[in-house]
Amino acid sequence: MSANLSSIKNPIVDNTTNKESAIAVDLALLSTMRAQRRQDSVFHVVTMFFALSVLLVLVGIIVSLVYGSWPAIKQFGFGFLTTADWDPVNDNYGALIAIVSTLVTSGIALVIAFPVSFGIALFLTEICPAWLRRPMGTAVELLAGVPSIIYGMWGLFVFGPFCATYIYPALKATIGHIPVIGQLFSGPISNNSVLTAGLVLSIMIIPFIASVMRDVFEVVPAVLKESAYALGCTKWEVVSKVVLPYTKIGVVGGVMLGLGRALGETMAVTFVIGNANQLSVSLFAPGNSIASTLANEFGEAADLHLASLLALGLILFVLTFIVLVAAKLLLLSMARQEGAK
Amino acid sequence: MTNAVNPIYRRRLWVHRIGIGLSFLAMLVGVGFLAWILVMLLIKGFSAVNLAMFTQNTPGSGSSGGGLLNAIVGSVLMVGVGTLISTPVGILAGIYLAEYGEVSWFAKVTRFVTDIMLSAPSIVIGLFVYAIYIATHIGGFSGWAGSFAISLIAIPVIVRTTDNMLNLVPTSLREAAFALGAPRWKVVTMVRLRAVKSGVVTGVLLAVARISGETAPLLFTAIGNQFFNVNMSRPMASLPLVINNFTMSADDNWIILGWGGALLITFSVLALNIISRVLSTPKVSG
Repeated sequence: MSANLSSIKNPIVDNTTNKESAIAVDLALLSTMRAQRRQDSVFHVVTMFFALSVLLVLVGIIVSLVYGSWPAIKQFGFGFLTTADWDPVNDNYGALIAIVSTLVTSGIALVIAFPVSFGIALFLTEICPAWLRRPMGTAVELLAGVPSIIYGMWGLFVFGPFCATYIYPALKATIGHIPVIGQLFSGPISNNSVLTAGLVLSIMIIPFIASVMRDVFEVVPAVLKESAYALGCTKWEVVSKVVLPYTKIGVVGGVMLGLGRALGETMAVTFVIGNANQLSVSLFAPGNSIASTLANEFGEAADLHLASLLALGLILFVLTFIVLVAAKLLLLSMARQEGAK
Repeated sequence: MTNAVNPIYRRRLWVHRIGIGLSFLAMLVGVGFLAWILVMLLIKGFSAVNLAMFTQNTPGSGSSGGGLLNAIVGSVLMVGVGTLISTPVGILAGIYLAEYGEVSWFAKVTRFVTDIMLSAPSIVIGLFVYAIYIATHIGGFSGWAGSFAISLIAIPVIVRTTDNMLNLVPTSLREAAFALGAPRWKVVTMVRLRAVKSGVVTGVLLAVARISGETAPLLFTAIGNQFFNVNMSRPMASLPLVINNFTMSADDNWIILGWGGALLITFSVLALNIISRVLSTPKVSG
């Protein structure tokens, strides 16, 4: 570049009559521009190729899982989704237990994580003094940084036994006696159960939901809140009647994001769910989610067992994919609504 | 004064107080669980942290002593290779999204998919690598397979932060560069990317933190190795894998070492998170 510039400058200054050199300059400039255009298009293609690779991985995951699970799909068809048998001895497989356990643990996680995340987001955006906002926000985000296997260990050795000693007996003695709902909190108590898995998952997804809620709470126009305060609303009323309605799409998006995380969580659940292929009404009973079944059995599987596990992986991927797409679309529409104002 | 006696006001005030009180409680719960986990790690893991942990390999079942050398080396190798693969791919893809993303639907779809992949179940990534690399006999259970799996998890993280950071660069800065006659690729790499260098580094650090703790994608790819091994084409140990195997066992020595490894990995990951946060205070330099 710099070399070209100097070769352009000099002739113009000292010699205007020399047409030949002027033409040479034009040609030099032209070839520089041509080279640059070529470089630009190479750059475009190269970066596009890498962006494409992200899409290819997605397509690759789906194709490879469908291909790998084909024997199981052919053998069991749609019955795979509705059969509760998971019997490696007789080579008979159905995904119902794993699907139900996955949904139940994620459901428990959401029920607990939603109000807690809301409280945290509320605290961080409206209540917390400015100097405390950053350390507190960081602490919550660090909760998301703790590796999932650490949650698993902690759940297995610390939290599970703690719950089984103090919390579950109390639940059993109180809610356990209520008809219908009480069924969920009855039966023998064990350290590792569907409920323990749900509780550990709830702690794991709190930072994700809280962070989205915090982001969407922050976009509420100050004018709206100030108007409500000016009318004499309390802080709680401002949050529940102005902030929450204004951000409800984003809040739901955040919850869906948390759900997506909870569905696919592997190590933590594998440690604390108890790994028993059974369906039980009681939440105190052990179960086996899709991800924990994969983690436990994939290493020793072959043939139809392997194909069935890959089919489980496919179901898990499709499930989380749908939930995450929904979450993303909600958050995008929230952002668009924001942009339109 | 009248407000204090009016029952409606009083009720509203109490609802407010309870709501705010619960919000405090939620914050305490969040921070409390973090503290609980970290304190338990310190209590249980501290006794395992000694020189032997860094100089000896994982012990056999039932034997005493030993360390985590092979696991630490395996983790560093696989995370290193994973980062080497994912950093250029992630940054270039991020550049594409930021630079050409406004107009092309392809870029929009890619950005959307990247966000999805950011939260995709990591065990499925493990299955994918198993299916395309090991089941097809391109290679066996190996450090390469493990590195490849975790790089797929790191890529979306880097793409997303690069994209976000590049979009922080003021348009005037780019226009100034264009006005000087710089070609697009130079404007992008030498002006736009350089202005948010620290932000992009943050993305890479966050990705390293994320993949250092990943276990699920390594279960069926790197699979673990109880011996010291630096050959990437053979099964390889990693800290999370060793923690997984050891803490699920009934061997006391293993469990203590597992806690030691957990302490090591958690504090490294959290330190990386904090460092990246300090670096990333969004500012455009240059």
